[in-house]
Parts: sequence; C-alpha cells; structure tokens
Amino acid sequence: MMATRWFGAPVQRQEDPRLLRGQGSYVDDIDLPEMLHAAVLRSTHARARILNIDTSAASALPGVHLVLTAKDLGEVLEPSPLLVPHHALTQPRTQLPLARDEVRYVGEAVAMVVADSRYIAEDALDLIEVEYEPFPVVHSLEVSSAESAPLVHADVPGNVAAHLVQSVGDPDSIFPSAPHVIHETLLMDRGAAMPMECRGVLARWDAHDGTLTCWISTQGPIPIRNGLAAIFHLPEHKVRVIAPDVGGGFGTKIMMFYAEEVLTPFAAMRLGKPIKWIEDRREHFISANQERSQLHEVEYAFDDAGILLAVRDRFLHDTGAYTPYGIIVPIITACTLPGPYRLKHYYSEFTVLYTNKVPVSPYRGAGRPHAVFVMERIMDRIARELHLDRLEVRSRNFIQPDEFPWDVGLVYQDGGPTKYDSGDYQAGLEKLKALLDYDNFPALQAEARAQGRYLGIGVGCYVEGTGIGPYEGAMVRVESDGRVYVSTGVTTQGQAHYTTFAQIVADQLGVEPKDVLVTTGDSQSFYWGVGTYASRAATVAGSAVHLAALKVREKAKQVAADLFEASPDDIELADGKVFVKDAPHRALTLGQVAISSNPLRYAYGENARKLMSMKLAGSRPGPALPEERGSPGLEASGFYSPPHGSFASGIHGAIIEVDATTGDVTFVKYAAVHDCGRIINPTVVEGQVHGGVAQGIGGAFYERLVYDEEGQLINASFMDYLLPTAAEVPPIAVDHVETPSPLNPLGVKGAGEAGVIPVPALFASAIDDALSPFGVRIREMPLHPCRLYELLTNAQQ
Amino acid sequence: MLERDDDFSQCVEECEIAVIVNGHRYERTVPVRLLLSDFLRHDLQLTGTHVGCEHGVCGCCTVLFNGEAVRSCLMLAVQADGMAVTTIEGMAGTNSELHPIQQAFQEKHGLQCGFCTPGIIMSVHAMLHEHPDPTEKEIRHELSGNICRCTGYQNIVEAVKLAAERLREQHMEVE
Repeated sequence: MMATRWFGAPVQRQEDPRLLRGQGSYVDDIDLPEMLHAAVLRSTHARARILNIDTSAASALPGVHLVLTAKDLGEVLEPSPLLVPHHALTQPRTQLPLARDEVRYVGEAVAMVVADSRYIAEDALDLIEVEYEPFPVVHSLEVSSAESAPLVHADVPGNVAAHLVQSVGDPDSIFPSAPHVIHETLLMDRGAAMPMECRGVLARWDAHDGTLTCWISTQGPIPIRNGLAAIFHLPEHKVRVIAPDVGGGFGTKIMMFYAEEVLTPFAAMRLGKPIKWIEDRREHFISANQERSQLHEVEYAFDDAGILLAVRDRFLHDTGAYTPYGIIVPIITACTLPGPYRLKHYYSEFTVLYTNKVPVSPYRGAGRPHAVFVMERIMDRIARELHLDRLEVRSRNFIQPDEFPWDVGLVYQDGGPTKYDSGDYQAGLEKLKALLDYDNFPALQAEARAQGRYLGIGVGCYVEGTGIGPYEGAMVRVESDGRVYVSTGVTTQGQAHYTTFAQIVADQLGVEPKDVLVTTGDSQSFYWGVGTYASRAATVAGSAVHLAALKVREKAKQVAADLFEASPDDIELADGKVFVKDAPHRALTLGQVAISSNPLRYAYGENARKLMSMKLAGSRPGPALPEERGSPGLEASGFYSPPHGSFASGIHGAIIEVDATTGDVTFVKYAAVHDCGRIINPTVVEGQVHGGVAQGIGGAFYERLVYDEEGQLINASFMDYLLPTAAEVPPIAVDHVETPSPLNPLGVKGAGEAGVIPVPALFASAIDDALSPFGVRIREMPLHPCRLYELLTNAQQ
Repeated sequence: MLERDDDFSQCVEECEIAVIVNGHRYERTVPVRLLLSDFLRHDLQLTGTHVGCEHGVCGCCTVLFNGEAVRSCLMLAVQADGMAVTTIEGMAGTNSELHPIQQAFQEKHGLQCGFCTPGIIMSVHAMLHEHPDPTEKEIRHELSGNICRCTGYQNIVEAVKLAAERLREQHMEVE
C-alpha cells in the first residue's frame, strides 16, 4: 500500500531557509587555505591557426604561479570524450582542453593562468601574446552548407558531422494524391540557457592520501568523477566530485568536459594547492554551450477536414565547432515533431553541420521548441487554409486517450522507442479554453481592432519525452536519532529535490519531510548515477528513492517484528514510530529500531539507553546479524532503470497585443495546462512551469545570439542579449491534467523543461492572429520588435 | 606616452578603508581596484552577495548602501569607506527568525536555485521602504532591475505582495 500523505502536498521547500539567509554554498563561495585563482585566455578569432604563443611576460608577472598552454598538458591534451555516440554521427569532433594548432570559435580556451588573485591572473592574460593566422569563417548554416564552404575541420568534408533519416509509414504514397500540400521554410536561431550563476571549478589535490576533490557547478558530477579518474590515472574512489549549490543549469551545465574541468584539477595537482576558476559572464557568453539553431524545410499534406496526412521534414542543425554531446538535440527534434497528433506518415531527415561558433549541447527544451514550432505552424496553417478554428484542427488530429500506448514509430534519443505511455490531450485543450476564455476572444479582438489595437490569441501543444534512462540510484538510511538520510547521484539546480525526495521517503517511513535530509550530487555520498537532465530527476531518481525507501520500510518491519515477537505484516510505521498494529503501546521510535538493527556492544545516547531499558525480546542464538537481514542498519539502496522514456504533454496559450507602429509585443494573458503524470508537489511543478515559460518568452522575443560574419558574438552582454524581467513576463495561469505514467512506481513524468517548449510556437500563432488583417505569417524565431516591424512592413507592401 | 611600469608606479595601489557592514565595523587595506562585491565576498567572507554578470545588469550583487539598493559589482571597495552597507547576512541572524521578506519568499516559493535571491531580497527591502503599498505593476517595474532565470517571477511578485502586507501590519502595530 502506498501512503499518500505527503506525496502530492504543497510542502514548503526545505532548501529555502539556508538560501534565503545567504548561506548557500555555490562554488565561488567556498574558500580554502592557500587557494589560488585561475583565468583563461580565449581565442579572439572564430577560425585561425595558432602560429605562436609567448607567455614569458605573463609568467614573469609577480603573483603568477603557472601559465599553461597546450604544450604543457602532456597526455592530458586529449579531446574530451564523445558523449552519446551514434551511428549516424560519422564525423564526431570534440574539443581539446587548450587549443593546440587551430582555434575554431571565438572563446575557445588557449591558455590558463594561475595567480594569487583573479585580478592578477587577468593582468597576466593581457601579457600573453598569441600570433594567429586567421582563416575564412563559417558563421552560419547557410555558409556551412554552401558549396565550396570553408571547412571548420579540415578533414570533415562539407562540414557534415552527421546525417540521419527516419521514416514512418509511406509518406511518398500520400503526397501525390493529397488534397492539400504546402511547403515552407522555418528557422530557429541561436539562444542560450544563461543560468544566473556562471560555471565554476574548485580543485584540491591532497598529495598525502592521493585524493582529488573538485567542486564543480555541474549537472553531472558522477560522470565527471569517472572521467577525471581516467584522465589522471587515479582510482575512481580517490576522486570526489561535488556539485554544491548550483545557481541554475538548464542543460548548459550537463557537459563533460568543459576545458576548465580538466585544466583546474591539472593545475591543482601540478602546484599542490587548491585552485579556483570562476567563469565571468563575458566568458559564459562565448564558452558555455548554446543551442537552438535549425533550418527546416517542411512539406505537409492534409485533407479537406483538416486531418494531417503526412509530413516530410528536412532540416539543418548547427552544432557549432564540436559535437560534445553527439546528436542528441536533432534526434529529439525529429522525434518531438509529431507531437500529440495521429501522424501516420512521416519522413524526417537531418544534417548536422559544423560552424565556427560555440559548441551546441542541450539547453532546456533541447530540440523540442524547434519541433513544436514546426508542427504547430503546420496546424495553424491548416486552419487558415480551410477557415477552421485552430483548436478544432488540433482536436481533430489528437491521439485519443484510449489509443495509448501510442508508438510514434521512431527511435528516441535513448535508443528506445518513441512510445507515448499515457495522455489526454483533449482534456488539456478544454482546460486551456477555460483559462483563456477562448470562446469570447473573437469579440474582444473585434472590439480592440475597432480601436486600432491588434490583439491575437495563440496556442501551442507539445508532447515531451522525459524520464529517460539509463538509470539512477539512491541510498536511504535511518540514523540513530531517527532522522532519515537520502543521497542520490543526480544534482539539484533549484528543482527542490531536497523537498520532493523527502516527501517520497516520508510516506514510506512514516516520518515528516523535515526529518528527511537529502544530499544530491556528491560522488562520495552516492557512488552511482548519471545526472540531472532531460526532465528525469523526479522520474528516475525519484523512483530509485522510492524503491530504496520501500526496502528500508520492510527492514524496519522485520527488525521490529523480531523485537516485539510479532509478524512483520502486523508492524506499521507512522508519526516517527514503528508499532504493532492494533497495539500502538507496543511501539518504538524509528531511531530505536535503527539502533536495534545494528548489533553493537555499547550504546550511545538517550535513544539507545531508553531502548536498553525496555523489555524487548532478547537476542536470538546464532550470529548477531542474522543472515536474512543482510546488512546492519536501516539502510538500503535502490536503483531504477525505466523501460523507456515517459511522455509528458501540455498545451499553452496566450493573448498578446502587437503595437503595429513599433513592432513591440505585450502579453495580455498567459495560460499553461500541463500533464506530468502524478504530481509530487504542485507548488514545485507550477514553479517549474512558470520559469520555463519565462525562458520561452525570452527565446521567442528577446534572446537571439547575434554572430557577425567574422564569427564574433556581437551581443555578448546582458546589456545586449536581453533576458526577460518581471516587467516583460506576464502573470501565468497554470492548470494540470494528471495521466499517471504506467512506466514507473510513482506514476510520474518529468516537468523541468516543459514550460519553455511551446512558447515560440504559440507566440508565432498569436502574432499571426493579431496581424491577420495584414496577412503576416511568422516563419522564424526568435523575433524582436525591429524584425516584427520589418515583417509587418513587408506584408503591407 | 608613459611606459607601462611608469604608468602603474604613479598610482596609489592600496588604501585603508573602514566600512560598517551589517552593523560591524571592518578596517581593511584593499587594492584600489577591488570591487565592493569582491571585498564583501572574499575579504569579509560574506558570500551571500552573489555576482552574476559583473556589469550591473543582473542585480544578483545588490546590497544596501546607506539604505539604498546598489550594485556592488559596479562600485569599488574604496568608495564604501566610511559608509554603511547591509548585505543579505544582515537581514536575519543565524538563529533568529527570517525577515518578513525572506519569510514571504519561503511561503510563496519565490526562489528556486537561490542564486539571484539575496539580490532580489535586498532590492525588495529598498522598494518596500520607499513604497510600502505597491501595486502589482509597480512591483514588476521595481523588480525589473533583478534577473531571475528560474521562477518566471510569478511567485516573487506574490512574495513581495505578502511581504508588503505583513510589513505594513508590523508598522501599524509599532505605531
């Protein structure tokens, strides 16, 4: 039986009091004795040969301890590992910790300086002379795909890293006879995650016991531990990687390795002193991974009733200068495109191209906003061509609740099927209509137009693959004070794992969440795991926590049953106590059971003394630790490996107003309906949705990374790359649909990325609607007021 | 043009300063180019003040400077000589209760990763001192100097409303 007391409750976050007092511990807050500071020299050219590096003046500067260039790295000068290899990725290239002969993007690490202070280290960077021979630059997908384009990697013909075709049904048989066929070009440009905390690494080498400890602002400390052990030829258990408080990640921190994650420990081992490297915002703009840039050529066929018959999508994906994260992002795009619709005939082909830009790896949404943009543009266009209501067209194409599991027929990013486990898309649509007062909008719009104001309503539907494998694990242990300690390898960047995992455990062990203390992202607290990405922590690690807690519960019942000479089936756990059913006076605290479960020859503390004074069953003959108990203590580990990803879904909508004279847009209303299966903590889920929507609004109207023809990022500051503030983000109404996932014991699906996914799609939809008198059709994202004004002017001519 | 060495030798490189931070007086000798944010974080170990952009946009490093909200990344430590600075650590003691603003952020889920939070709390403190009864529009306008990448601001706005209400009640009780 599963208790439901804490699961589903809006429990306040346990992580907050510390963070609210300024007592968080982010990497840059950690101060070690004798610590030195590092700074990184970065390439000023997007593509150039390095002819010479003169570090003599920098090395001579007082306060400088070490200057590293590629030639100083010895065998550590290896390209970083290729994450998630794929057969279609025929030309993978990953980055060296420091560029050796050639630089391939502005921002690529060229040298590192270690000094007494960051100030001195940066002075020294100015003294390093690098002689470059610049080459022609590949600054866009257009240039990269052009015939006789310059080559980002001399040995990669055509700049093509990967090419993948997937097909479902027989699209070629559909198009010739289809009543309607449309072809369009749709573009999504670059954006970036921009967590408020930049990256950072602190490394300490303890020569006396051969231990390397790294504090890294990362989403994946355990893989990094494994990798660093291999690079530095250390036993894995002698390398400890800790992701302390992390100030946002959004995907850009699930990487291995960023150059500094190797260089900083390398320097620490070389100098025998702790070394800290903290990325500044300018560096973050030009060296932390980015995403989003894709160019789609899509062809689609539909009938007179608005039923989508077939889609052919061919797209180019910009991977930047390297493929550190394989081709996960374009695969997700290809698999996300069908969305909540019954698409029986689908051809998907993508080509991954190198460019002289910052490398690409997943950023919240990870290929999905692009796919949803394409599919939702299709739905809107069908409605427009057939003069149907846009939601009606979606309803007619939705997969129905009784059609699950629905196999899309594609191979997903985890190598498993793209198989929707559950959903009720029409239910979400109905809730959205209510939140937006959809049926009354035409009157509102007409009224506004009569006053010369342009209101528009837009919607975006999505299905999001979440909770993928390979696995996660967790350890749950009751200590003698009765408090419960949980540790897991996933990390936390604000998702409230200290609270939601505590809720899961509290239900099983009959305690309050406040008595459950959670540790995440410390390779010494839990040895196994993968990381926090792909909206998977609650689903995969949460399930592992649940399974571990179940084992501890069973063990507590067994131990108590022996002490009370009762049957384990008659033992219950509640209110911090373990007691005999129907005889609540026969009770022990959970802490006392924990003490009893560990046969010792002494007793410490009040709890243990009380226990000894009780008249309980004496020890049995035989070993103190009976074989059936397995191990001492109320402790167990649990692991969970999903059969395949679970598929969350949602529908968002907004009412916007476009100022036709300036191209500016304001949100009048925003509503989101979200289905992430069973909800562990509604407050947390709503917070995740809110944050995603704000990021989506940024990605739709404010945030575009602008590279010039030399490959220089010309808006590399918060003055020019605009993150939305409280003044731009509207109030967001959130409602939920709960279709439990049958794939995991908790019935949950991921919620972290969802909010961001449909925003570009619905923004385009709303602008089209607002500017329908001018016949504007949005085919690109992100927009900004100038571009919208331009589109409007073009439409009027 | 001066040679580089001459250029530096003409300059004063260090200064003695005395700053009142959270009610304590600190006397330190600091390089003149040291940022106030770095002084607070590294010299005084008050690491609750965070640095998110170092160019005065994100607001993570906001502190109160003689009662006004300022970006400590845009000031030098020497400019704080003789001045009073309040940081997030001055809002509630380790064992004392949270400040009503902090409490409201806890109750309304006004933070996720927590990195921008200290700066936002300091800005809100200054805002509510100036405008004890702000409208939602005013709150959003005043918050626009602080970037949060996690919350979408919804629950921050709600927290500010709650904090304003409680502070007004407290104020009335005092009177």
